[in-house]
Amino acid sequence: MAVDAAREAGSFRGARLRLSSVLWRRPWLKLVVLLVPPVAAFVAVYAASLGAMLVSSFWTSDSFTAAIVHTWTLDQYRAIFSLSDPTYLRIAGRTIGMAAAVTVTDAILAFPLAFFMAKIAGRRTRSLLFVMVLLPLWSSYLVRIYSWTTILSKSGPLNWFLNGLGLPDAQLQFTNKAMWIVFSYVWLPFMILPIYAALERIPGSLLEASRDLGARGSRTFRSVILPLAFPGVVAGSIFTFSLTLGDYITPLLVGGPGSSLIGNIVSEQSASNLTFAAAYAMVPVGVMALYIALARRLGAFEAL
Amino acid sequence: MESHATKIGLGVWTALVVAFLWIPLVIIALYAFNASPIQSWPITSWSTKWFGVAWHDDFLRSSLRLSIEVGLAATAIALVLGTMASFAIQRFAFFGRDSISFLLLLPIALPGIITGMALNSFFSFAGVAFSIWTIVIGHATFCVVVVYNNVLARLRRTSPSLVEASMDLGADGWQTFRYVTWPTLSTALVAGGLLAFALSFDEVIVTTFTAGAQTTLPIFILDNLRQGQQLPVVNVVAFAIILFTVIPVWVSQRLTVGGETAAGGRVTAVATQTE
Amino acid sequence: MRKRIRSWHVVLAGLVAMLAVPAAGVSKTSALPTKIGPGEGALKVMEWGQYTDPSFAKKFEQQTGCKIQRKDAGSSNEMFNIIHGGGNGYDLVSASGDASLRFIYAGDVVPVNVNLIPSWKDFLPAFKSPPHNTIKGVHYGVSLQWGPNTLIYNTKKVKPAPTSWSAIYSPKYKGKISVPNNPIQIADAALYLQKTKPSLGIKDPYELTKPQFDAAVTLLKKQKPLLLRYWLYPADDEKDFKTGDAFIGATWPLQTLTLQASKVPVKEIIPKEGVTGWADTWMLTKNAPHPNCAYRWMAYAATPQVQAKQALVFGETPVNPKACPYMNKIQKGSCAGYHLSAPAAYAKSIRFWKTPVKTCGWGGRTDCKDQQAWNNAWASITG
Repeated sequence: MAVDAAREAGSFRGARLRLSSVLWRRPWLKLVVLLVPPVAAFVAVYAASLGAMLVSSFWTSDSFTAAIVHTWTLDQYRAIFSLSDPTYLRIAGRTIGMAAAVTVTDAILAFPLAFFMAKIAGRRTRSLLFVMVLLPLWSSYLVRIYSWTTILSKSGPLNWFLNGLGLPDAQLQFTNKAMWIVFSYVWLPFMILPIYAALERIPGSLLEASRDLGARGSRTFRSVILPLAFPGVVAGSIFTFSLTLGDYITPLLVGGPGSSLIGNIVSEQSASNLTFAAAYAMVPVGVMALYIALARRLGAFEAL
Repeated sequence: MESHATKIGLGVWTALVVAFLWIPLVIIALYAFNASPIQSWPITSWSTKWFGVAWHDDFLRSSLRLSIEVGLAATAIALVLGTMASFAIQRFAFFGRDSISFLLLLPIALPGIITGMALNSFFSFAGVAFSIWTIVIGHATFCVVVVYNNVLARLRRTSPSLVEASMDLGADGWQTFRYVTWPTLSTALVAGGLLAFALSFDEVIVTTFTAGAQTTLPIFILDNLRQGQQLPVVNVVAFAIILFTVIPVWVSQRLTVGGETAAGGRVTAVATQTE
Repeated sequence: MRKRIRSWHVVLAGLVAMLAVPAAGVSKTSALPTKIGPGEGALKVMEWGQYTDPSFAKKFEQQTGCKIQRKDAGSSNEMFNIIHGGGNGYDLVSASGDASLRFIYAGDVVPVNVNLIPSWKDFLPAFKSPPHNTIKGVHYGVSLQWGPNTLIYNTKKVKPAPTSWSAIYSPKYKGKISVPNNPIQIADAALYLQKTKPSLGIKDPYELTKPQFDAAVTLLKKQKPLLLRYWLYPADDEKDFKTGDAFIGATWPLQTLTLQASKVPVKEIIPKEGVTGWADTWMLTKNAPHPNCAYRWMAYAATPQVQAKQALVFGETPVNPKACPYMNKIQKGSCAGYHLSAPAAYAKSIRFWKTPVKTCGWGGRTDCKDQQAWNNAWASITG
């Protein structure tokens, strides 16, 4: 019994050894074993899904039953880029404009904070700040939007505060301004962290050198800090931009008449006119492709 | 380097931005203790009664259970696939390596609605009925990269000579993995797994496109928010979520060597990818 | 599990083959159940708000053990999106006339055996086999309730009391007007134009030629800057009137009743131009996971007592006239108040929601604007 078990264990170990030496001698085999499952899963699901979406964007849907009509057509794209009825162009424009505004706002809010964290704060303050930025990022996205619906509501905390200062009500509820504030709020940590990471990597000696060479604070900032931190800003902007482009919950909860973004149209038509929704969803894909290409061009990726 | 005034200015700015980040969370936390079912400000009477109501809400419980199940399944898939991919990318140089990194990154670089809409078209054409597995697949697509990044970052910090030494000393592949690779890797896996779980637990846009008639916790919250129902219960749930996010973030923070890069998870993905 | 694995093989077999899965047609009538089996313990409904209000659904849950899980919709489009876009998992949908035929022809719902609904034989004749849920004698659901879309106003703020829809198109109450976020609102504008601009020759507010349609869209585009917002769910609408942000608007009777119950000074009227309205049907979805509970609910909702209760919760009219005495018992005079005493004439005065299609029902024309045109126009108005 014991012998059997030992032999079994021995042969098991033998097999294991053989296997590991096979893998050791043929590293490509190991590579295949490691790489095929994740890549196959991604291609079979994710890439195939993107493909399905792209393909269906060249079909049409029946107006009444929403059944998909498998005839190749550019009708969906014609409707999106129609100049005679520029509804969808206007909504795309609004979405991109909102994404840009949010990105700029977040960069402005984030940069000084990230700088303070990376270069001025002491160890303890820094780790405290880090947690203070990180926790809002990980606490529910919906909850954070929801909080703003109560803050901005007519008899909510904001107007209570303003009235307390003797100021009139801020009429922000159901406006595009409200969307801008909320978007800037929810994506802010996504901007802070990459900028912080970039700033942290700038060696203190570089700043000293700049000072020793007679540069004033503003010159050091312009010529040393900003170029080195810029890739961080770009990395952060990819998130703020992309997340705003695809969001439809914020317009739904805090927007008003004339607040529809690309995401709202896509989600509203995803079943009744799937082919159109698929085509319209290609707009953010295209915009992001351009954006990432531009970011590459700016050297944001190499520098990181 | 900077003048004293600049430092103070930056400090004040930092304090204001941190306040901006936290005031909404504090307000929601306060509302959880609002006795009145109507959301008015300032809160005049306090109570913990809504915690009891929330606790006994069956629908809320089943949503929470579904969210946890989905999160666990998506995290498990992400751990397996993400780890395999990171080993392949770190240990080998091969043609198309960058494209693979890029492919893994896409689900979080592209807006969630793209992933959602794409999967939705895919499932509807393939005739796959929505089930817990469609949600899991949707979530796993963007969770993989979080694990991948954490493990990759850790592998980069681990010297390959350790593995070689182990082999030279006669250990087989399994033993090397068990006694050399695993101990250096385990904390990165836990951190990556926690972050993947947190991402899945919070996800709403991809879920709406892949859930059909099922309700996860974020969908429960969203439905109630949109329809202005059960807001006191939503407040309690919101408060609980804020409280419970502290745990995974804190733990993953502690478990990662370069803590700060890894904990940003989603955020630093782009950065570490292209390093 | 099996099905899923097979699907994955299909995936690997090739994308294009998979994409060519033919669209579903009208479901076959073959396997109608002949009796209702034991309940499955749960029921998932996609409904208009309060259509399974606990005030009458609690008793059903106790009697049958079918626990109801509900999801409320804000528009017929939303219902269609959710049920058609993969809402398998829902058992019942309370479809209005503008969604019911789409569900039938899209193959999302299945025929029901009305013989299993004891109260069905008592229904008003017009709602036994109405064209919006019965095709060639096949019943795709059980009629439910019907009612008007009304004009609501705050009696303290709006003086003199309005009598016409013109009140929501005039700048007098700029920024205080709220209307539903629903493409079918175009019909409300068309109905108003039918009476105020006879030169357009509008015959039916759901069958609009291009000039008629454009006129309605232009009217709504002019209305947009006057609005507080487009409401999607009754709760939004109620909140706006409660806070005093809105003075006047287009609403459902449900909101008026809820607001009046919480002492908000509002009233609703049927303006002189007439109203649009809805006639709803409980429809059973294809692959419903809990069909027995669904049948039990359809039968329960058709009984006079429940019909009466629901009518008074939502502010609508039952399809079962036997509900009349129960309505009066809950609220004196309500049977006559909701026109159940003379339903035929009242039903005629409401232009019930229906899906816009290319074929106009008048003059043999086929150039009317269809649902997609309505959706696009609505996006161009609101977006």
